[in-house]
Amino acid sequence: MSLVAQLPVLPIIVPLITAPITLLLPKGRPAWAWATLISWLTFATCAWLLKEVADGGTISYFLGDWAPPLGIEYRIDLANALILLLVSGIASLTFPFAYRSVQLEVDEKQTPLFYGALLICMTGLLGVTITGDAFNVFVFLEISSLSTYALIAMGARRDRRALTSAFNYLVMGTIGATFFVIGIGLLYQTTGTLNMADLHDRLLGQDNRMVQAGFAFILVGVALKLAMFPIHLWLPNAYTYAPSAVSVFIAATSTKVAVYVLIRFFFSVFNFDFSFLGAAFQYVLLPLGLAGMFIASFVAVFQDDVKRMLAYSSVAQIGYMLLGLSFATVEGVTATLVHMFNHALMKGALFMAVACVVLRAGSHSINAFAGLSKRMPYTTWAFLISGLSLIGVPLTVGFVSKWYLLQAAFSAGHWYAGFLIVASSLIALVYIGRIAEMMLLREPATEGRYVIPKKDAPLSMLVPMWILVAANVYFGLRTDLTGDLATRAAEALMLTAGGAP
Amino acid sequence: MDNWLVFIFERYNYWIVITLMMTGLYTVFARGNLVKKIVGLNLFQTSVFIFYITIGKITGGTAPIYIGGELDHGGGHEEAPIHDADTSAHEMSETAADGAASLHAKIDNAHGNDLKEALKNAPQDGDAAAIHAAPNHLDGAKISNDVLSSADKHAASGGFDIATQHAPEAGHGAADAAHAGTDAIHHATEVIYSNPLPHVLILTAIVVGVATTAVGLALAVRIREAYGTIEEDELEAIDDVAEFGETEGVAA
Repeated sequence: MSLVAQLPVLPIIVPLITAPITLLLPKGRPAWAWATLISWLTFATCAWLLKEVADGGTISYFLGDWAPPLGIEYRIDLANALILLLVSGIASLTFPFAYRSVQLEVDEKQTPLFYGALLICMTGLLGVTITGDAFNVFVFLEISSLSTYALIAMGARRDRRALTSAFNYLVMGTIGATFFVIGIGLLYQTTGTLNMADLHDRLLGQDNRMVQAGFAFILVGVALKLAMFPIHLWLPNAYTYAPSAVSVFIAATSTKVAVYVLIRFFFSVFNFDFSFLGAAFQYVLLPLGLAGMFIASFVAVFQDDVKRMLAYSSVAQIGYMLLGLSFATVEGVTATLVHMFNHALMKGALFMAVACVVLRAGSHSINAFAGLSKRMPYTTWAFLISGLSLIGVPLTVGFVSKWYLLQAAFSAGHWYAGFLIVASSLIALVYIGRIAEMMLLREPATEGRYVIPKKDAPLSMLVPMWILVAANVYFGLRTDLTGDLATRAAEALMLTAGGAP
Repeated sequence: MDNWLVFIFERYNYWIVITLMMTGLYTVFARGNLVKKIVGLNLFQTSVFIFYITIGKITGGTAPIYIGGELDHGGGHEEAPIHDADTSAHEMSETAADGAASLHAKIDNAHGNDLKEALKNAPQDGDAAAIHAAPNHLDGAKISNDVLSSADKHAASGGFDIATQHAPEAGHGAADAAHAGTDAIHHATEVIYSNPLPHVLILTAIVVGVATTAVGLALAVRIREAYGTIEEDELEAIDDVAEFGETEGVAA
């Protein structure tokens, strides 16, 4: 019973047990300090897990020592170890960052609830990622979603539209989760098992109406959760009106985890002999990914609210991930995994910069950004560097993602997709350029709503933000770190699914 | 034409699921009132609960436990029950009178009206026959034969010809009868088995559903506090007015 043997369950059990304790702590600083500590602990265990998996291969942990397929299995391979590290890493930066922002945006007596809910949200996302049991995915997905609804609604103190957007998210999210659970039910009816590895074995060679229906339900359900292009409507409002710290966390993690679920089900549960999988790639993910890249980017250009603009940009970036996935090659899946990781870094940093502006200017309207470089230079440059990363400028992670995507597009024979990736990046240049022009070239407002004191964000916010910005550059230079892990993960996934190497 | 009707009515639970699901989804999308949306969401989720209960019933399945020292295997989800039913008929035929006893087990899992009717006359006679008097055994066998053949046609044709032949020898005593009775019960339960796992799953899903409903209603209450209405159109109008000013809001 050494600690190492129990390591895989720690990222779940620690925050799950400590989150309720947060509620009992005094409001304000103690609750925050406690939650921050837990997030760091979780990050440490996840980093350790990634190291163990990278060195020693896939880890399988039997919950309660009940062997799968009867018991619940936590199964950690490279793909989900990477996502675990990502989610816990963003959390460990969001918690210290959140303190000042939450002070401003959330009622003080609600702070223990806020931090508790954020911990639960993190637990849910980690749980979705770590588990090897299909129904467990649903449970954790709902754990994270329910806490997200509550967290978004807490933005109501600043803007009451947070309530309606949380409600819309709740309706869409619940429909998505219910579709997902219907799909799981159909697969269970066919195979009599819920363990993913076991499902994979028993679905080999099965291509009947029931499996097809189950696949379709799972695809649509998860697509709602990850805000695939035409069913993304809950996302912009939710991201816009949520408290800034919540926007940072969910924009960087929750949709990525949903994309991961899609990857996991496509490659580790279904296989390439299953005719619907190829059809889904060709007729659903490819066109909708491309459409999302363009239409959502285009809509982003015309937004006067910076948070909403970034939210639409997120929808567009999910388009890139789905596009990479739809190539159904090792290169494509690698590109998706790399982009999930990189997009979390850049969107996290961008939303953090907006949160800093909200702290000083009290608004996330584009007008609040006028002349920002003269008022908050550190925040301005953090926004600019991560914005460049979003566009895909060399020396940043955005370039690495786009590079992998382009390679995948050309090697899969979709040369037109390659051009479209570049073209949609140019749209990103327009919407980021619009903000950059406001920040660098305009004079700061001297009167009216958007007057900003000449004072940058506090250190507790600048440090986490600049860590993310530095990561944007670091992983842009050291491409071997993420690229290598992602390639190995993608190879393992494709091998399981029986696709072309 | 008959086949069509059978096809439709045999799957009545699926029709309930589909109807509820579509009603729920339609309510969610078509209703502007937030509470009605939640009601629709609940209907939608309820359909899934019923779906999971449906898949919990497995014809020819059994619990994964050991019976009589050897692994009793019958957990297949798509296997036809005919094979198992045949063997069960054979074993019952050895002590035909006890067929009546096995009825108890069948009745527990009763799914047809035939069985319920059988219940009315069979058990009393059959029980009496099995326990008390050997001469009555033939009657007991006859009754159980009738009953079972109506209940399970596959089993009856093979098994009960032998049953009637062997019936006189079969009545040996209570011990024998009891033993075969338990055997018969085990086999009879294989006909339709209620798998507890989907029920457990759906209990979890119900917990999630209740939590979602609670959060949704709490949000509706907060929305009413903040806006003074829970009608979607009015909410949108209020937001438009707040964002673009009174005149534009009215014009829109």
